[in-house]
Amino acid sequence: MPLAPPITDIDQLKSHPALEQLVHWNSSIVQAAKFDRDELTIWLSKGAIREAGSILRDSADCPFNYLADLTCVDWYPSEPRFEVVYHLLSIPRKERVRLKVRLDGSSPSIESVTSVWPAANHYEREVFDLFGVRFTGHPNLKRILMPDDWEGHPLRKDYPVEGYR
Amino acid sequence: MAHFPTAIAEPGQDHTLVLNMGPQHPSTHGVLRLVLEIDGETVIGLKPEIGYLHTGIEKTCEAKFYQQVVPLTDRIDYLCPMTNNLTYCLAVEKLLGLEIPPKAQWLRVLMNELTRINSHLVWLGTHAMDLGAMTVFLYCFREREDVLRLFEMISGQRMMTSYFRIGGVALEPPLGFFDKVKKFADRFPGNVDEYEGLLTGNPIFMMRTKGVAHLSAEDAIAMGACGPTLRGSGVDIDLRRDAPYTGYENFKFNVPVRTEGDVFARYLCRVQELRESIGMVQQALAGMPEGPIKADAPKVVLPDREKMKTQMEALIYHFKIITEGFTVPEGEVYQAVESPRGEMGYYIVSDGTAKPYRVHMRGPSYANLQALAKMCEGQLIADVVAAIGSIDVVLGDIDR
Repeated sequence: MPLAPPITDIDQLKSHPALEQLVHWNSSIVQAAKFDRDELTIWLSKGAIREAGSILRDSADCPFNYLADLTCVDWYPSEPRFEVVYHLLSIPRKERVRLKVRLDGSSPSIESVTSVWPAANHYEREVFDLFGVRFTGHPNLKRILMPDDWEGHPLRKDYPVEGYR
Repeated sequence: MAHFPTAIAEPGQDHTLVLNMGPQHPSTHGVLRLVLEIDGETVIGLKPEIGYLHTGIEKTCEAKFYQQVVPLTDRIDYLCPMTNNLTYCLAVEKLLGLEIPPKAQWLRVLMNELTRINSHLVWLGTHAMDLGAMTVFLYCFREREDVLRLFEMISGQRMMTSYFRIGGVALEPPLGFFDKVKKFADRFPGNVDEYEGLLTGNPIFMMRTKGVAHLSAEDAIAMGACGPTLRGSGVDIDLRRDAPYTGYENFKFNVPVRTEGDVFARYLCRVQELRESIGMVQQALAGMPEGPIKADAPKVVLPDREKMKTQMEALIYHFKIITEGFTVPEGEVYQAVESPRGEMGYYIVSDGTAKPYRVHMRGPSYANLQALAKMCEGQLIADVVAAIGSIDVVLGDIDR
């Protein structure tokens, strides 16, 4: 089964409910979109994630009411270095979409989505803990998996994996 | 972590007490620490403290070849190793665009459902024991032993099976294996009746579970609860039915949903799932197709030992896969699977090399744990134990 080439043309992908809603709301926040291996990815501009989240959650047609996962990818040494990844699921329509926001490497921070999906609480703490991305507006942003006095963020690509600490 | 006190409320302020529960408490099912704020016997606030079992598996994955990650995935959710294997393998197969032969798919469904039975039996036994029903624990572990023997027969391992591999399954089932599974599957519904006879109508059990730790459907969705915790609150979702993978579309089963949203509802959902799973095991045995158990992809799937000893080409592929792995085309996938605890998702990013660039595991227990605080507010301390049991928490899955 050869892989189909990814579709990156926003106009072609507009039939997907998530992209349709976002473009309809404010097309300037959608930076790019990609449909690859049956999964849709939408890159959003940094400031818009919380509002875009509530637009998607409250949509009457296809509400993305369930935050399935929230994580981050470190693209060190290229810039923008971090990509925060949101996996959303629409429970009534069983649709999935992946949102991404790119962040710069120097003091990365983004608005918290805990007010949209309370489930984001622990996930954002995990990303803060392991990647050092700050979430503004988070109710309790502190380390969750590593000890409180830990230095550094282990899942960053420049974190040493060998030798004594 | 333990020597850093957690500030939840100042002691002496008002009339509440901050009580530490765990991480060595037997009812926390592992190393879960809960900081409870209590007023008399009533829980006002609950904060989970996790990370005691954090081993950095996500980081380790980045240093391994794709096929070397499979045994690591067993160790995440150690009660359902095969579901972890399956999720990971499906994600990599999706990245590769690999087609899996039907027999491997049916074997995967068969083993996956046996894994669900194994996991639910541990849950049922420990959950009942937390609430004072010791007998059920012994009965459940008796049947679980049979399931583990089946695992040992097919994979050589009781718990860390690593049976599913990228492109298929590891080994052809041994002779007589299906007969043994059939024998177990014929007997097991009677065993479930036995457990239900001890619990479902039991007045003590009902008093400990009915109306306890209530979670509404809205809260369950908002807090990201999944699996039987979500279905116990009346949300009808099961990924095996709604987004079928590895041949689940060929199976007929019901998705038990309860609307009460309490511990008893979650209990009923899971016990009913035991019956549905054994039905699927029977279907898998009845319709098991013939054919290869591995995909025809010599660059990805290890060759048979026999071929390796007789054919030069197979030996070369074997050497290449072992020493330098196989490259996976650039891209990313999120593969979600219905594990015994809920939506288990693997997010894998490939940069075109032989090692994954990033592997993220979305553990169902991690999501369910967030709903625990909501459930326990206003409940008695003793009900916290019932609530922990009802979300079936596995700490390996949370801390990774």
